[in-house]
Amino acid sequence: MHMHKYEKIWLFFGIGSLFLFLAVLGVGAFAQGTQPPSCLVTIDPEKVDETPPFNQPGLVKKGDNEYELNMISTAFAYIPNEVEIPKGAKVTINVTTKDVIHGFQIAGTNVNMMVEPGYVSSYTQTFDKVGEYVILCNEYCGAGHHLMTAKVKVVEQ
Amino acid sequence: MMNGTWKVDARDGKLAMAHIYVAFVALALGGLAGLLQVLVRSGKFELPAGISYYTILTTHGVLLGLVLTTFFIIGFQFSAISRTAGTLSDRIRFWGWVGFWLMTIGTAITAFYILIGEASVLYTFYAPLQAHAGFYIGLTLVVVGSWISGFATFAHYAKWKKAHPGQVSPLLTFMSVVNMILWLICSLGVAATVLFQFIPWSLGYVDRINVLVSRTLFWYFGHPLVYFWLLPAYMIWYAIIPKIIGGKMFSDSLARMSFILFLIFSIPVGFHHQLVEPGIDPAWKYLQVVLTFMVVIPSLMTAFSMFATFEMYGRSKGATGLFGWLRKLPWGDARFFAPFIGMLFFIPAGAGGLVNASYQLNQVVHNTTWVTGHFHLTLATTVVLTFFGAAYWLIPHLTGRVMTKAMNRLAIIQTIVWSIGMIFMSGAMHFAGLLGAPRRSAFSTYGDAPQALEWIPYQIAQAVGGTILFIGIILVLIIVTNLAFFAPKGETEFPVAEVAEQAERTPLVFENWKLWIGIAVVLILIAYTVPFIDMIQNAPPGSKGFKLW
Repeated sequence: MHMHKYEKIWLFFGIGSLFLFLAVLGVGAFAQGTQPPSCLVTIDPEKVDETPPFNQPGLVKKGDNEYELNMISTAFAYIPNEVEIPKGAKVTINVTTKDVIHGFQIAGTNVNMMVEPGYVSSYTQTFDKVGEYVILCNEYCGAGHHLMTAKVKVVEQ
Repeated sequence: MMNGTWKVDARDGKLAMAHIYVAFVALALGGLAGLLQVLVRSGKFELPAGISYYTILTTHGVLLGLVLTTFFIIGFQFSAISRTAGTLSDRIRFWGWVGFWLMTIGTAITAFYILIGEASVLYTFYAPLQAHAGFYIGLTLVVVGSWISGFATFAHYAKWKKAHPGQVSPLLTFMSVVNMILWLICSLGVAATVLFQFIPWSLGYVDRINVLVSRTLFWYFGHPLVYFWLLPAYMIWYAIIPKIIGGKMFSDSLARMSFILFLIFSIPVGFHHQLVEPGIDPAWKYLQVVLTFMVVIPSLMTAFSMFATFEMYGRSKGATGLFGWLRKLPWGDARFFAPFIGMLFFIPAGAGGLVNASYQLNQVVHNTTWVTGHFHLTLATTVVLTFFGAAYWLIPHLTGRVMTKAMNRLAIIQTIVWSIGMIFMSGAMHFAGLLGAPRRSAFSTYGDAPQALEWIPYQIAQAVGGTILFIGIILVLIIVTNLAFFAPKGETEFPVAEVAEQAERTPLVFENWKLWIGIAVVLILIAYTVPFIDMIQNAPPGSKGFKLW
């Protein structure tokens, strides 16, 4: 099929930059390991309180400067609702829900994931800046959705 | 190519107008809901009488996202196929009415359960929030009604093809067929989850629901849904706007090719709405991201075609210099001005869309007001302004009236009001979203968190923009009411563009439906089979229903 010369040029550069862009995303994902949260671990949503590590929610030290933060979300709260993290800590955050779908977002960071019944959501984040960060639910979960919040305090070690 | 009858038959016009009335009633009510939302979110206003923010939000989403769009589109497409492929047969028109009434009754049932507070689950109705079964049954009727209209469209097309063997079908009819095929294939997903998961579960026949499967089926539908909204706007751009400005269509074949590319690439892409969720292997998410971006190609083609049409027209009128042709365009004609402004808004809208679908970058904006800002540019500006621009000739054409100069001027003002309101509202949503403000949430300071307090000025800007937009809705309702009932009697043209002389003959291959539907199905199977089997094989225990509002 015939195409106008200008259209060929336009599409050549358009499609060329598109594939370049997709290649950048692909290298970032598979060579450098920057993947969105995609944890495949499952859990019985009705037995969250008895299932480790969620039977003891909170921050756990796993190694030199490495931590695990296990949190439960439930309408309309996070457990625990306040966490202190030492500055520079590399924290693997695991979250699950006891009831409906929730969001888990730490404003001002890249931590942003869906929390779905039956699954554990997980993402590793290094907290480099001292301060107070708000955790909030960004997926509608019911009448108290906008009140569902918790706090992260990043403090000097 | 010659197009059939010049005027849409009065009986077909009635069918189209019935759809359009419902669409604009939905705009009035849904727009009012939107106004209440931005006011609540500013923190300066509370809903009276214990009305829930989330009931209003559900109303807004269902009425504007599902009802306004679907009704306007089907009404427009019925008029377009009647105009270009000839008057509908009595049987096809009968089925068109059956579709219309099913959709209308379904909408009424769904709206009833939302308004009595039994279905504050938002228009995405994510399980395990459980609405009253009536909500899901009403939605099912809407979808079934739209399918019947889809099959009526196919039957009309088939009749034309039979009467014109070996000929290329009229462009607008072809495009309507593509859009209804897209709609049928994608709505199978939502039909499957509603019929096999939500309805039995909400009626209590089964206790539990597989949440991830329901979400995946929903988003298999949810993204092509936005192309179902967009393609009619593209029909108007490709096949109608050139005639309105007095020019010719750049190329019939390229228009068809871009529609076929949309048909192929807009379905196997739902995971880009699920990028930050558990239970899906990231490699499959990435594959669907790549497929998502393929729709950039037909959009680039469309942008080229449109501006080529504009430039060719301007130069034919003696324009010189690089941009002289811009001055020759009919800026004072609302039928051109409104859709053109819609096109301009599609540039930032499309760029924002690239961010949303960008695998890693999605995490920065997922479920923030950035996303709300994005689709208020795509749907609520690009598509809606194009539909308004079409209403300005379609309604008087169908009701045997003419648009007065005063109404045309009001329509130009309406477009400007809309643009200003949207720059404020959508702009503020984008910025607040980057700072982390969540979408779909009532006003909250999150325990006076300093970060959340920073979002409030943006939320006030959203309220200002939203209020201006509501004025825009009042203006368009005045114009539409005038065109439907009060404008002077007369004949208004249903513009259909002709192809430029230098364009090549359109090959018949674009109507090889087995081939294109086959490719679409293969891509869907590639993108979904393995992750879907994974989801079912590794499924956690299902969820009981929750009513948390």
